[in-house]
Amino acid sequence: MALTFRLNGEEVRIPDADPSTTLLDWLRGERGLTGTKEGCNEGDCGACTVMVTDGRGSKALNACILFLPQLNGKSVRTVEGAAGPDGSLHPVQQAMIDHHGSQCGFCTPGFIMSMVTAHANGAADFDDQLAGNLCRCTGYAPIIRAAEAAKDAPVPDWITRDRPVAPGTQPLMPRSADELAELYAASPDATLIAGATDVGLWVTKQLRHLPQMIFLDGCADLKDIEVTDTAVRIGAMADLNALRAAMEPLHPSFAEMLRRFASQQVRAAATVGGNIANGSPIGDTPPALIALGAILHLRKGDTSRELPLEDFFLDYGKQDRQPGEFVKAVSFPRQPDALKVYKLSKRFDQDISAVLGAFNVTVENGRITAARIAFGGMAGIPKRAANVEAALTGQPWDETTINAAAAGFDQDFTPMTDMRASAVYRLETARSMLSRYFAELNGKAVSVLEVKP
Amino acid sequence: MSVSKPLPHDAAELHVTGTARYVDDIPSPAGTLHLAFGLSPIARGHITGMHLGEVQHSPGVAAVMTAKGLPFSNDVSPSIHDEPLLAAGTVNYVGQPVFLVVADSHRNARIAARKGKVDYKEEPALLTLDAALAADSRFEEGPRIYQKGDAAAAIDAAPRTVEGTFELGGQEHFYLEGQAAMAWPQEDGGMHVFSSTQHPTEIQHKVADAIGLPMHAVRVETRRMGGGFGGKESQGNALAVACAVAARLTGKPCKMRYDRDDDMVITGKRHAFRISYRAGFDDDGQLQGVEFLHLADCGWAQDLSLPVADRAMLHADNAYLIPNIRIESHRLRTNRQSATAYRGFGGPQGMVGIERVMDHIAHDLGIDPAELRQRNYYAAPAEAKPDNTTPYGMEVTDFELHGMTADLLRSSGYAARKTAIAEWNKTQTHLKRGIAFSPVKFGISFTLTHLNQAGALVHVYQDGSVHLNHGGTEMGQGLFQKVAQVAASRFGIPPEKIKITATDTGKVPNTSATAASSGSDLNGMAVKAACDTIRARMAEHLALQHQARPGDVVFENGQVRIGQDVMSFDKAAAFCYQGRVSLSATGFYKTPKVEWDRIKGQGRPFYYFAYGAAVTEVAVDALTGENRILRADILHDAGASLNPGIDIGQIEGGYVQGAGWLTTEELVWDDGGRLRTHAPSTYKIPACSDRPDVFNVKLWDGQNREDTIYRSKAVGEPPFMLGISAWLALSDAVAAFGDSYPALNAPATAEEVWRAIRRVRDGI
Repeated sequence: MALTFRLNGEEVRIPDADPSTTLLDWLRGERGLTGTKEGCNEGDCGACTVMVTDGRGSKALNACILFLPQLNGKSVRTVEGAAGPDGSLHPVQQAMIDHHGSQCGFCTPGFIMSMVTAHANGAADFDDQLAGNLCRCTGYAPIIRAAEAAKDAPVPDWITRDRPVAPGTQPLMPRSADELAELYAASPDATLIAGATDVGLWVTKQLRHLPQMIFLDGCADLKDIEVTDTAVRIGAMADLNALRAAMEPLHPSFAEMLRRFASQQVRAAATVGGNIANGSPIGDTPPALIALGAILHLRKGDTSRELPLEDFFLDYGKQDRQPGEFVKAVSFPRQPDALKVYKLSKRFDQDISAVLGAFNVTVENGRITAARIAFGGMAGIPKRAANVEAALTGQPWDETTINAAAAGFDQDFTPMTDMRASAVYRLETARSMLSRYFAELNGKAVSVLEVKP
Repeated sequence: MSVSKPLPHDAAELHVTGTARYVDDIPSPAGTLHLAFGLSPIARGHITGMHLGEVQHSPGVAAVMTAKGLPFSNDVSPSIHDEPLLAAGTVNYVGQPVFLVVADSHRNARIAARKGKVDYKEEPALLTLDAALAADSRFEEGPRIYQKGDAAAAIDAAPRTVEGTFELGGQEHFYLEGQAAMAWPQEDGGMHVFSSTQHPTEIQHKVADAIGLPMHAVRVETRRMGGGFGGKESQGNALAVACAVAARLTGKPCKMRYDRDDDMVITGKRHAFRISYRAGFDDDGQLQGVEFLHLADCGWAQDLSLPVADRAMLHADNAYLIPNIRIESHRLRTNRQSATAYRGFGGPQGMVGIERVMDHIAHDLGIDPAELRQRNYYAAPAEAKPDNTTPYGMEVTDFELHGMTADLLRSSGYAARKTAIAEWNKTQTHLKRGIAFSPVKFGISFTLTHLNQAGALVHVYQDGSVHLNHGGTEMGQGLFQKVAQVAASRFGIPPEKIKITATDTGKVPNTSATAASSGSDLNGMAVKAACDTIRARMAEHLALQHQARPGDVVFENGQVRIGQDVMSFDKAAAFCYQGRVSLSATGFYKTPKVEWDRIKGQGRPFYYFAYGAAVTEVAVDALTGENRILRADILHDAGASLNPGIDIGQIEGGYVQGAGWLTTEELVWDDGGRLRTHAPSTYKIPACSDRPDVFNVKLWDGQNREDTIYRSKAVGEPPFMLGISAWLALSDAVAAFGDSYPALNAPATAEEVWRAIRRVRDGI
């Protein structure tokens, strides 16, 4: 596959790229740019972070699970390009030196590139910007001091000059939903690559060979999030940072969960469509979307269909999706916000949920008129708590109802024990989340994240 | 003088620009081959057949090696030769290397390694401490016992007692740079090895044995590691030896690095412990006697488990004078990864034991835990007690914690905050806060006395630039920078004039691992000795030329002053060169005063103690057990710090790593002995937001009472144990839900905290 992109300001053409080559392997192996490190090869440590710029702006991404074709037409900056062409250090680099921000130095290039990207974007929520970069030496304090110290420095011109390049067209890189529909219908065995945050691991960890890959990034018409008076429609290729921004004014609890969904780098790559189509029982967006009454929009060739999102998940590893059919969008009705999403994991940031509960209960005149409650991590699929919903509906909105309804979880779920949590903890905390929902809607403090020193 | 200045890490600019080179970044010669191990999928059994044809024919494979094909020693153990490079007949844990693939690329080697078919006759594996104890599966003939006085009698006679048992999990090092090595075969059969190791001499030794050559034929070089934390003290042996035997076989340079999942599955971790205790005390909380039972999960091979378990026993007193104490330690052999060195080397486990006891007693008596601790402290040097000795008979002569504790409790506002927290807790249903103080007294020196030695090699060139080499390795702790500041101070020149070079067994031989926090103590002194030798030669020559006495020659501010005459250091170096003065010297240092009998448990294993104190505040949620650190205040004793910037970095980082060990970092094995938490997706070290919201770290303004390098103190491991205060704060928060003692296990994950709250609140 022939590719063109910009690397540290210089245009690069690769006439015959193996599409399953990761940017990290290419940088280190082919280009001898060994500043970008491999820490985990699965997008969980951030040592390989690079900055990628396209028409929509600059993102920090994990190079270890980024396939070369995903860069076509974009501009990539690695740690070797953080400093200026004359060697002058980027303000974040100087600040990291001044504040003792590096010890062993192995995570440092990744931190630098996350910081360069945040700096370029004017972002100062450093705990979130850097949640995807693990450091084992410093305890992070000096890194944050460095980020704070550099934040008001002007963005260097070598960073602001990063611009995309003309990508050229590629047969396996459709430019629209229509092109994708045609291509995928003709090659239903191909692997669709959106953000590659999951498929990347098929290559780096399962060592799989992917004979045919279709890269979706060019399908700009699948990236939009439309908010009208009646509905919210999220294109399948909208990334999770975009979803977070869109949810902020509408359903802030959903947005807060998305703040903790993976990391900045992963959210910048991962797509809503991928999080759904992948069918994982621990994907974090489906329960929230199900609780909002989401409809899934699928397309195969010229045929489109819709179904309630919860009906898409048939069984563990099995979805209602035909060969050649792809997720086009997900939508849900505009509604007053009663949604709370509770993500329970060992670590607050960048962790896979042990349990994720999404609660959306409608109360009118003190009585529950509707309840949509969905969970991840409690079954082989994202699943509604139908018995709990039924026990709530029609009842008065009070503690008695809540306590009585909580018994329904026993019928709804038989969770399992694994390295994230025990079955009993999952079941009991699912119950607790209903209590938390009630407490929170009654104005009580329910999260340790809100407790301040 | 550059000593005591907070200068940046010597490689800071290389780090931030991505130019700092780690083993896998060293440009490989054309034709370099790459290695991967085929791993055992079972926890225990006999190999009955190996079918490696498919591996051999996998694309890019150059060779496949098994135990039978190894030319000489099949051993990568740092202790008793019980750890083969490749399994010979039996396998003892899931992840044990069974065969070695040599291929043209890292990926091809990994792909081929998964194609091996090995037949096993499985045997029942010992996967728990109980199973190992029942089977009497252990290292050493029986438990080690250290004691002072008669603990049982003292406890029985005491007005009050507490007892309990808790689990203390292990810990994955999670150095960001995985294990890596490369071997270049030399013209005469020798081997040049690049290794990410804390112990180049041991790599040299193991490689020499594996290729049947004397140590002089093997040169090992280590410029830096991307983190070590003890995980690269012995765990790099297998990769370096594999590279060497493969390079010997193929004649090609060979390189090996573990993929992260392989790294976590293959290599050893911190020892998990189960600790049982019984303590007797009076109504004021004065300890009368304490008994500890340590069950240490050593995994399948001995590795460094004996000194680790010893050090746990040696820290069972922490900061407290315990008149009667008995510590019984079982080193159990299980079918898991061989547990290994990890920052603190058993000390943290021992210390958690006694801190748990103090927490339990304070709860029992309703005394403020910080007050209780202070009542039981060792005496300060000025207030000698007749008996101020540790359970192993070492007199404590440098106890700094009285002053440090008073200072920290004041500066952190401990008492007022404790009251405010209690008030706040009354207003909350689901959320509670907790606060805890804990001290650290950590013994500095290798307990294997002969390891307390170090060498250095210093050259002054005729232009006045200085080349510095020593036996210590750089893993991020800033050792090279500190030692360079020592050298610069000795010569009175700016540190930029000092060139720090890779640790190299060809320059300084017979080195000890950079471990036990000893790096700057030992190597700083060795470098000082080498510098002083050269300086004395220069002084002698210059004095002679200027009709002065050598004692009147002063090296400072980049100049050499001889009476009224002043010349630049550069000029002095040139002048000495022309005067045929040797400007190269070795330096050597051995720690004085230490002697130790580990069987009797008597002696002076430590040259001195390093001290620290922390106050941590947390919040917990009863509904889910979710918890977090709100604030930490730390006062730490680094003596007269060689570099306060670097030392504070060690303290902040050590605290967060220690708190991680006791909170979110949970290792989970399944019933088949498979590690289920073998990647950062499932094993959760602290992330950025897990550090305390408010994080105040200060150095204690003191100096080492022993004559260490510029009166500084070691700082690598001690701050790790400040993290214990986070675990104790969680216990305090959980205790707010009811009357009974929380009896928290570690790690205190959200689930563990949730369980403890249910015990305390609901009696479940």
